[in-house]
Amino acid sequence: MAVVVQEKDFDLVAELKELAGFEGKAGAVISFIGLVRGDETLLALELEHYPAMTTKALEEIEQMARTKWGLVDVRIVHRFGRLQLGEQIMMVAVSASHRRSAFEAADYIMDFLKSRAPFWKKEHGISNNKWVTPNPDDEEAIIRW
Amino acid sequence: MTLKILYFAWLRERIGEPSEQVETNASTVSDLIAELRLRDERYDFAFSDLSSVRVAVNQTLSDFDATLDGASEVAFFPPMTGG
Repeated sequence: MAVVVQEKDFDLVAELKELAGFEGKAGAVISFIGLVRGDETLLALELEHYPAMTTKALEEIEQMARTKWGLVDVRIVHRFGRLQLGEQIMMVAVSASHRRSAFEAADYIMDFLKSRAPFWKKEHGISNNKWVTPNPDDEEAIIRW
Repeated sequence: MTLKILYFAWLRERIGEPSEQVETNASTVSDLIAELRLRDERYDFAFSDLSSVRVAVNQTLSDFDATLDGASEVAFFPPMTGG
């Protein structure tokens, strides 16, 4: 199980070195990074989480993806705390025998992570603060799997 | 029984506490919510629209009909927005 929940930033290249598959077992590696998006009115994005549940929830999603696609390895890194515009929020990397499985598994992990991992985003803006509400498409995205 | 109850995001803000210990005989999550809502208006307001409330029992996502048999920790929070 390779799930990391941390406040500090991460380095994708360093994280990929921790991913199994580069010794010949995998034929494809996909990585995804989620970023803080917005404009100059966004002062910070605050990420709250449920420490006692977060790692377990992410490991369950990882295990479901491993079972479904027989992956070589998975690595998920998710940050919490106060982030600035353009900062990295999280990453997922997947190694698999073939690219189709790697693409699909990364997509699947992201879909479940969005609405099943206990994280909440609050936007701190120049004029107001607001909790981010989920995109209605996020719940539907799960149904397709 | 004694339950540890946690609140996250705007539920935490509306209730004004991140967690508390509650003595209750509630048998389901719904019963617990009904009990909490009777306490005072902060709780009543926080739980006024259950379509935007999610629950985890012992750190596992659950639903309002779930039994509290064997539960030690219940968390309430809005729909998740990670990623």
